[in-house]
Amino acid sequence: MGKMRGAIVVDNERCKGCEVCMVNCPADTIAMASEVNGKGYHYAYMEKPETCTGCANCSIVCPDGVITVYRVKA
Amino acid sequence: MDIKEIIKPENLVHQRTSLMTDATLSYCPGCGHGTVHHLVMEVVEEMEIQEQTIGIAPVGCSVLAYDFMDIDMSQAAHGRAPAVATGIKRLWPDKFVFTYQGDGDLAAIGTAETIHACNRGEDITIIFINNGIYGMTGGQMAPTTLEGMKSSTSPYGRDLQSMGHPLKITELVAQLPGTNFVTRQAVHKPGNVRKTKKAIRKAFEVQREKKGMSFIEIVSNCNSGWKMSPNESNVWMEEHMFPSYPLGDMKVDGKIVKDLMKDLV
Repeated sequence: MGKMRGAIVVDNERCKGCEVCMVNCPADTIAMASEVNGKGYHYAYMEKPETCTGCANCSIVCPDGVITVYRVKA
Repeated sequence: MDIKEIIKPENLVHQRTSLMTDATLSYCPGCGHGTVHHLVMEVVEEMEIQEQTIGIAPVGCSVLAYDFMDIDMSQAAHGRAPAVATGIKRLWPDKFVFTYQGDGDLAAIGTAETIHACNRGEDITIIFINNGIYGMTGGQMAPTTLEGMKSSTSPYGRDLQSMGHPLKITELVAQLPGTNFVTRQAVHKPGNVRKTKKAIRKAFEVQREKKGMSFIEIVSNCNSGWKMSPNESNVWMEEHMFPSYPLGDMKVDGKIVKDLMKDLV
């Protein structure tokens, strides 16, 4: 079975920077941006995109539903 | 492989359900309410019952739930959501009716409505968010506040002698003959979110088969009320809330599956 590669797309303006996705990411992919969005929150982004497996854990725990997850077999 | 090759519609795994409106959720960052809203709407979407579902929004933080869920909703007076749901369900027995209530709404002001709706075995679903505090009004003590837990009206911690014991209402309603499915879940980790979604699905299935009341308690955080960061509050919740409010099914298909007396004491 090939390795899975994934990617997330974060709706930056809706993200509230609660960091719940970051803590629940098993691959340590997500970090909080040093920039802030319009509301002043440090939004989530893929710090290490190559580690993402597209497991969708971040997306299902996100209280605001701002993360969309994609996955392919590499 | 380039990220742009992965981000294509055919590779989509998970995204926000279309039954949530575009309105930005009014909850604090990291609040479990948003996760539960999404789960309820995902279940409604999977069962394709958007046109048949009626929700009752409570009084509390989630009072604006009707702005976020793209289904028919009604608003009840404080604590009276099970009574309103009873009326709606009896008028339209084939609709799916659920109430969405917090602990102050369900376990304090609405105790009578909750207990009696459960005892009558109304075919409705109650989704009960327990964060041990009155979150919306500024973190006052609720019936579910733990022993020794600080709140704005118990600044030295809850004292059992003068303030009474935490009310475990889920254990109480599990013992009533009218309830069919009673469970306690959480939404702070992916595994718990998946289990909670299954429980919500099961609750709606019970309603479809008209077997009686389905009651889901979701132990959640209130990081603003507890004065913690979202992740600190989730850790605190695991350490302090779960021993008093242990997770798991209590009643399945009308049969008690857990030693409730052990949890009550």
